[in-house]
Amino acid sequence: MVTKKEVQHIAKLARMGLTGKEIEKMQKELSKILGYVEKLKEADVSKIEPTSRVVKNENVMKEDKIDEKYKMKNEKLLKLVPNKKDDYLKVKSIFNK
Amino acid sequence: MKLTDLTIVKAHQGLLKKEFSAISLCKAYLDKIKEKDKEIFSYLTVTKDLALSQAKKNDDLISKKRNLSFLSGIPAAIKDIILIQDVRCTAASKILENYIAPYDATVIKKLKAENVVFLGKTNMDEFAMGSSTENSAFGPTRNPHDLTRVAGGSSGGSAAAVANNECVYALGSDTGGSIRLPASFCGVVGLKPTYGAVSRYGLIAFASSLDQIGPITKTVKDAKIVFDAIKGKDPFDSTSVDGPKKENLRLKIKNLRIGIPKEYFVKGIDPEVEKLIKQAIKKYEEMGAKIEEVSLPHTEYALPSYYIISPSEASANLARYDGIKYGFSDKTAKNLMDVYLKSREKGFGDEVRRRIMLGTYALSSGYYEAYYLKAQKVRTLIREDFQKVFKKVNVILTPTSPFTAFKIGEKIKDPLSMYLVDIYTVSVNLAGLPALSLPCGKVNNLPVGLQIIGKPFEEDLILEIGQALENYGV
Repeated sequence: MVTKKEVQHIAKLARMGLTGKEIEKMQKELSKILGYVEKLKEADVSKIEPTSRVVKNENVMKEDKIDEKYKMKNEKLLKLVPNKKDDYLKVKSIFNK
Repeated sequence: MKLTDLTIVKAHQGLLKKEFSAISLCKAYLDKIKEKDKEIFSYLTVTKDLALSQAKKNDDLISKKRNLSFLSGIPAAIKDIILIQDVRCTAASKILENYIAPYDATVIKKLKAENVVFLGKTNMDEFAMGSSTENSAFGPTRNPHDLTRVAGGSSGGSAAAVANNECVYALGSDTGGSIRLPASFCGVVGLKPTYGAVSRYGLIAFASSLDQIGPITKTVKDAKIVFDAIKGKDPFDSTSVDGPKKENLRLKIKNLRIGIPKEYFVKGIDPEVEKLIKQAIKKYEEMGAKIEEVSLPHTEYALPSYYIISPSEASANLARYDGIKYGFSDKTAKNLMDVYLKSREKGFGDEVRRRIMLGTYALSSGYYEAYYLKAQKVRTLIREDFQKVFKKVNVILTPTSPFTAFKIGEKIKDPLSMYLVDIYTVSVNLAGLPALSLPCGKVNNLPVGLQIIGKPFEEDLILEIGQALENYGV
């Protein structure tokens, strides 16, 4: 069983706000899913390399220059910013007052 | 002839012969959506003005007697996880409810070059996480064959729109079965291409080592037309590749060796579904194919491996939704940490939150090796299973799903039971293989899908084999 403390720790790592009731619900659901995933323990993977991707492309490089054809308009991106001042993204103060 | 019953091939011929204009074709679909979509809710956004202007452009081309490509002027629906410039793209999430796409996905660029008409954006499980489209923040899509049942997911809106004749074809995305499962539940054709065959640029990321865009269509031939239009290496997706040029993909059915994995016909499959799949296999035998039982011994580990790998990748990919750069931002937050916590608490739905938590857990210090690394090693075993079997056979046939479409509400309260729906589809994503789901009959009026799995970049072969069954008759 995943503990309440673990759920709170993971929620913090994931920057996920959880209310009191949800912590308990998450505890139960994660425990059930992880219980199912336990099945992986049976598989013998000694001497097996992990697969992180199936395409063997390595170090795909491109020239470090801007292709004007594909340049995105700043205004389009800035329009999507929820909180801004002029052309800057505005965030809350990060030091406690 | 009803304009809304047409396949790509027939609509194309009609446009060429001037039996109808691109505008009247487009309007027929817009009217159909207006009239019928309330029942099934397959569209989140209808792009009426865009569609009509694209249709008009096609009529101009036709009047100038320009050559039309197969897709020119054909009305399509796009899953709402693929960006169309200046059109809202929500991923069926509150966190992107007002997000206007600043650029075109590569697949959209390619379709625009072919003068496709975009009717709108289709409903889905939030961020493609789900198997029923019930996880949409805007409400579930209903199955056109039975309105009390799910359309499957996550590309449920795309599959239902095709099945209900609210578009000629649609694009979906498939991370663990999200094209094939809804195609199976709605009785249409769905192709999940080889990993890397289609660019993911402009596809909102869920699990990047598994995601692929593919077509959902009424016929196998249509699926091939769409796949050919969207595939190919893209400088904007470093994992995309041009498939090797393959000869001999026009294998005669009588020279074909078909593998039937015994692990897919065990307890849990609906006996009526099994019967239909066995009948389809029998038809290939009648056509002269050689049927062999094969074994994919690590099949039982595919689902647990998938449900570690995909949430892990998702937890990293979805870190970008921070309430700062774009998307929903909570206005009550007092400090920066609060902005993150509250925006993500209120912006994401239950399943997305659950998967982010699960993925963060699997990647966290102390658990990484036991879960994530182990799942990746098991992924290797699953790939090797397929590699071994493909030394003996050309393709593998399985059911797409162990059962037909289930009732809305039946599984949504129990996340694990919903995960089990993907039992026959996730292995294909873990191994990066192409797979087709095509209708092979009905049980109690609900469609059943046959899954044809091929070797990497042998889409043409699995499509041809699907075509053979379509010709033979289901």
